[in-house]
Amino acid sequence: MFDGFTAETLARIQFAFTVSFHIIFPAFSIGLASYLAVLNGLWLRTRDETYLTLFTYWKKIFAVAFGMGVVSGIVMSYQFGTNWSVFSDKTGPVLGPLMAYEVLSAFFLEAGFLGIMLFGRERVGDKLHMFATAMVAFGTLMSAIWILSVNSWMQTPAGYSINELGQFVPEDWWQIVFNPSFPYRLTHMVLAAYLTTALVVGGVGGLHLLRNRKDAHARRSFSMSMWMLIVVTPLQIFAGDMHGINTLEHQPAKVMAMEGHYDSHPDGAPLILFGIPNSEEKRVDYAIQIPYLSSMILKHHWDAPLDGLDTIPDDEEPPVAIVFWSFRVMVGLGFAMLGLGAWAAWRRFRGRLYDTPLLHRAAIMMGPMGFVAVLAGWITTEVGRQPFTVYGVLRTSDSLAPVAAPAVAASLIAFIIVYFFIFGAGTVYLLRMMNKTPATSKLGLRDGPIRTAGITPIAQTNPDAIPGE
Amino acid sequence: MFELSFIWAGIIAFAVLTYVILDGFDLGVGILFPLADGEREKATMMNSIAPIWDGNETWLVLGGGGLFAVFPLAYAIIMPALYMPIILMLLALIFRGVAFEYRWRTEHGKYIWDAAFFGGSIVAAFMQGIALGALVQGIEVANRAYAGGWWDWLSVFSLLTGVAVVVGYALLGATWIILKTENALQRRMQSYAWYLGAGTLAFIGVVSILTPFQDPEYFQRWLNLPGSIFSVIMPGAVLAAAWALFTGLNASKDAQPFIAALSIFVLCFIGIGISFYPNIIPPSLTIAEAAAPDESLRFALIGTVILVPMILAYTAYAYWVFRGKIDPEEGYH
Repeated sequence: MFDGFTAETLARIQFAFTVSFHIIFPAFSIGLASYLAVLNGLWLRTRDETYLTLFTYWKKIFAVAFGMGVVSGIVMSYQFGTNWSVFSDKTGPVLGPLMAYEVLSAFFLEAGFLGIMLFGRERVGDKLHMFATAMVAFGTLMSAIWILSVNSWMQTPAGYSINELGQFVPEDWWQIVFNPSFPYRLTHMVLAAYLTTALVVGGVGGLHLLRNRKDAHARRSFSMSMWMLIVVTPLQIFAGDMHGINTLEHQPAKVMAMEGHYDSHPDGAPLILFGIPNSEEKRVDYAIQIPYLSSMILKHHWDAPLDGLDTIPDDEEPPVAIVFWSFRVMVGLGFAMLGLGAWAAWRRFRGRLYDTPLLHRAAIMMGPMGFVAVLAGWITTEVGRQPFTVYGVLRTSDSLAPVAAPAVAASLIAFIIVYFFIFGAGTVYLLRMMNKTPATSKLGLRDGPIRTAGITPIAQTNPDAIPGE
Repeated sequence: MFELSFIWAGIIAFAVLTYVILDGFDLGVGILFPLADGEREKATMMNSIAPIWDGNETWLVLGGGGLFAVFPLAYAIIMPALYMPIILMLLALIFRGVAFEYRWRTEHGKYIWDAAFFGGSIVAAFMQGIALGALVQGIEVANRAYAGGWWDWLSVFSLLTGVAVVVGYALLGATWIILKTENALQRRMQSYAWYLGAGTLAFIGVVSILTPFQDPEYFQRWLNLPGSIFSVIMPGAVLAAAWALFTGLNASKDAQPFIAALSIFVLCFIGIGISFYPNIIPPSLTIAEAAAPDESLRFALIGTVILVPMILAYTAYAYWVFRGKIDPEEGYH
């Protein structure tokens, strides 16, 4: 199946495959953990049963998604060593401690309090239960902070020197953790996780509104998610713009690839909306472009000069077509989210939020689009960093482990089969749960407990029992 | 003596040991899963570990992440050297981990996830044992990289340690179920634990005898001070733990067999430590050579000293919240 590929290519495919599958789950669980904390907080404050029912509903979905995130995440923590051991040896002194902090301050926190959040309300009481719920949400955010610091350092390395063994060694931890692209990337990703969750919640709300527009739970969650969209999407677009300007400063080649700028534009660069990057001829065919707009966005001056890929040595260029397209997918979806949020805000203003089936259908269509946008964004930034693992310093081809191509090919095939089987089944189960309304008492086959991390008999007697059901 | 790298070797060893005994018993429950008699017992066994397996496995992530952080060279050598067993272990852990959730979400497909739970548990345990055996055999290193082939880990010795770990984990699992259950299931586990205990001790004996032949240096470590002190103490300590195990089983004690089984694991782990020291990867890479620069060790140590006690505290709290016997009747309202 993979004859003729080098170990490097196979290892890159394997990493891209496993990390792409993995990021889907954190992107959802970061947002959902915060949503659960908000729902539980609102329930405790208002004692409105709708919030409790929604909390119980989404926590079951959270448990399944979280379990998938845990097992796909364990793979990541070993993949650095199995396929990229030279990278690990060289960057370990700098990146290793950050990852250790992620495990210590995030993973244990999530795992430790998840059980209490899911099933401990009866055992520990409302206050401690709320604390546990908040700790799970806090843990997911801590995890995002550390891993984005690691990734950002690979994009914009700082605060290091290189020792006689060729290892990166720390000089200034503050500069390492808060490297130049970190604040932008973190903001962009956390907002993306919130939007992804809001879109899923909105899609599920839209589905149940289509079936019954009087459904109180569907109304509440649809309304919350549409508020989230109209508030967060503009912030996200602004954060994305800031992130892009930061990238222009530190990784200009990536921005050139995103923009499809093969040539330099000394008198103001056009914004290419669409076109087909032609890497042989080094131009964008059939380009539809708006003059000067790229300079306007990136430099905030219509005639500001912008360098193109002609200023970058060929062996330091990222693959243009992938970056160019994935960037457009992400941006396009971002504006689609803004459109959905604005439309919903308009219908709400007219008092018709729950009586517009077309809007609900649009929300269902957009339900999974957060995941697509997150993946497209990560593809843009990761492929845009090539041909380096540590931008400008360590090449991908110099990061590989001394593994044989057949070994990588065999494990890659195994990962592909297992992931499609396992996560395919998991997706079916998740969709099946989302297909039921929050008021359904039997969300799974059996009433009550979920078993990811927290079930014990006594808790099961009455896990967040809902009166009247 | 108290160099940062040695403190860190101790911390990593602690993390690995914590992983082995914690995930050891919950992998063991998975290994024994097919022996459950009917849905009630299956539910009881799975529920006994459902609240905690996730936290237990996080210690494995800490082992990997910690090694990457403080002994990046050891991480960079071990992972390619043990490529196949590690990948297979990871895949096995995926099957087993999702089974906790999935088996309750389908009626027709339930048997698939029951099989995944058992298969994932036993393969993960077997691969961990193989990885241990391959490490004891020694790993070929040249120019700061693994220098062997991708089948070097496979030997009679590593297969033997693989089976030994499966049997040992099953013992931990059986004694855990004894602790958490009552009646018929508990009584059956008591009899299984008897055989598993005898098997574990037999494997410990065989592996202990064969280990020195893997590398003559192991002889030296056990015959010279301070190792020789342990050569005298260890067999006695293991026998004492074994005595506690079997008397506890015979007297139908709840907790004693589990504690005794854990003690056997701790003692074996110390034994492995004596064989390895001062190497982190036998036969030639030392702890000091593999360590990251002091600046990395110091930075990571600050957080570890503050956070690990907190982790232990809230982990203990979670175990305490979900204490007591499992009653499957209560699970299905």
